[in-house]
Amino acid sequence: MTRRPGFLVYGLLIAFILGSVFPLYWSFLVPSHGNDILTDKVPPLLPGGNFLSNAQQVLDTIPFWHAMVNSVIVSGSVALSVVVFSTLAGFAFAKLRFKGSNVLFVLVVLTMAVPTQLGIIPLYMAMSEFGWAGHLQAVIVPNLVSAFGVFWMRQYLADAVPSELIEAARSDGCSMIRIFWHVAVPAARPAAAMLGLFTFMQSWNDFLWPLIALDQNNPTIQLALEQLQAGYYVNYALVLAGTTLATIPIFLLFVAVGRQLVAGIMQGAVKG
Amino acid sequence: MTLTRLPARRPEATAPVVARRDRLDKLDLKVSPYLYVAPFFAVFALVGMFPLLYTAYVSLFDWRLGDDTAKFVGVGNYTELLADPQFWNALVNTISIFLLSSVPQVIVAIAVAVLLNTNLRLRTGFRMGVLVPYVASLVAVGIIFGNLFGVNYGLVNSVLDFVGIGKIDWQADRLASHLAIATMVDWRWTGYNALIVLAAMQAIPPELNEAALIDGAGPWRRFTSITLPMLRPTVIFVVITSTIGGLQIFTEPKLFSAMPGSDTGGSTNQFQTVTLYLYQSAFDNQQLGYASAIAWMLFLVIVLAAIGNYFITRRLSR
Repeated sequence: MTRRPGFLVYGLLIAFILGSVFPLYWSFLVPSHGNDILTDKVPPLLPGGNFLSNAQQVLDTIPFWHAMVNSVIVSGSVALSVVVFSTLAGFAFAKLRFKGSNVLFVLVVLTMAVPTQLGIIPLYMAMSEFGWAGHLQAVIVPNLVSAFGVFWMRQYLADAVPSELIEAARSDGCSMIRIFWHVAVPAARPAAAMLGLFTFMQSWNDFLWPLIALDQNNPTIQLALEQLQAGYYVNYALVLAGTTLATIPIFLLFVAVGRQLVAGIMQGAVKG
Repeated sequence: MTLTRLPARRPEATAPVVARRDRLDKLDLKVSPYLYVAPFFAVFALVGMFPLLYTAYVSLFDWRLGDDTAKFVGVGNYTELLADPQFWNALVNTISIFLLSSVPQVIVAIAVAVLLNTNLRLRTGFRMGVLVPYVASLVAVGIIFGNLFGVNYGLVNSVLDFVGIGKIDWQADRLASHLAIATMVDWRWTGYNALIVLAAMQAIPPELNEAALIDGAGPWRRFTSITLPMLRPTVIFVVITSTIGGLQIFTEPKLFSAMPGSDTGGSTNQFQTVTLYLYQSAFDNQQLGYASAIAWMLFLVIVLAAIGNYFITRRLSR
């Protein structure tokens, strides 16, 4: 092993991480004291005791739990659907030979770069036509598949499933779908979990499309937060209490699976 | 790596039952792959590709929200758009915010990756640390930074005032507002991109560095002659993905506004981006046709920028 780096490396990294954490800490610090620390010459560095009362006020102002449940439903269904369809297609691209597979895969890669967000106007017209506007399916259905997901699962399954295993299963008379279920799915599990996690977080953060497709009576958490800011502009203790409340679940998720998230990002970089 | 036409290990089928099984088997082998990729393509065509193409159709009409009598205007929306100062303003803002955010971001991400690529104690802890901003939602980031960059009571201005620089009007001043929005973007994405660059650094074969070390190359020389060139594909990847995302920036400028809920991007549109203008045209002004024309112009810009980026990055890091 090479030798340990010096203080300079640690110092710079710690400074970078402090800068990364500070805005989030600030969004907790303000509601834990109150708006008056915004005018302090030197604001306090330790939290005060008002966070819970500000948080309570958030719950009284916006349909926080309703919005949270909506976000979980939307992000959960989108993540599940992306994982299922990507694993199926990824398996076919990685392990099965069929006419046109190369052309189709190039198509997948190209669609990764297509800014589908620019199609929101016809999408909105369609949603109004179907009467879906304002309902959760309006934000779930347009996100059911992901080109990146297919790409990601293909790259992973190409190495993770030995072709001999599939051949052996075939010659034993195993049908394709059983091979998929008993050979590919178990092997795909780590990559599928990662894809699910990324998709969940991406969908959780989505703002533009939910803003168009949903309304304030049935919001996702992002819309509810925006509503909080729009209605109570000056009261930062309230608004920041809202952002902190909404960040806590994701932060806990991050503490639990952050290690895998880091590994996933780095893995994706090398494969991609 | 793939399989077709497997050697038939089974004895020749004579019974009709077995023959039918064989036919089904062949069908299974032939059709299954298409069935597995079909859902992706079908759904993508329906909710991704079709709306994008239909946007081009809508852009040829004077199409009002909630009005079914759209009037065909040909390229009318485009000619109007090209003469629309608000569109050009939004385009300049978008590009300015994009450049202000992405150039420092790539440089800092590489620097952080170099720091992370040392034999650190608590390696995973540091890697998770740089990823913390990734857990904050865009809306939360917009609100938090809107507060930090507040004109009168923002922490950034308090600090600037304290050190004697004086307060900056992060809302009203065009460049300052772009800087503030670029800071939000960078805060959220630099650590993430540093991890991608770090992964690419670790994939560089150690023999290259060892050979250079034996030849007497110093650390800076090794960095510029080995590490940077080997990072080229990754940097191209990071730049292109951040181009596609960055040129569509919407949430940050929308939430940065001192008038919450407004889509104007400041009182004189000083930080209105193209996507924000698209949103305003479609859903505030109810001009779906005009907004669709904006969408297609932006699409064109994104494609051009992605191609341009590819060539620039290739040349720069050669």
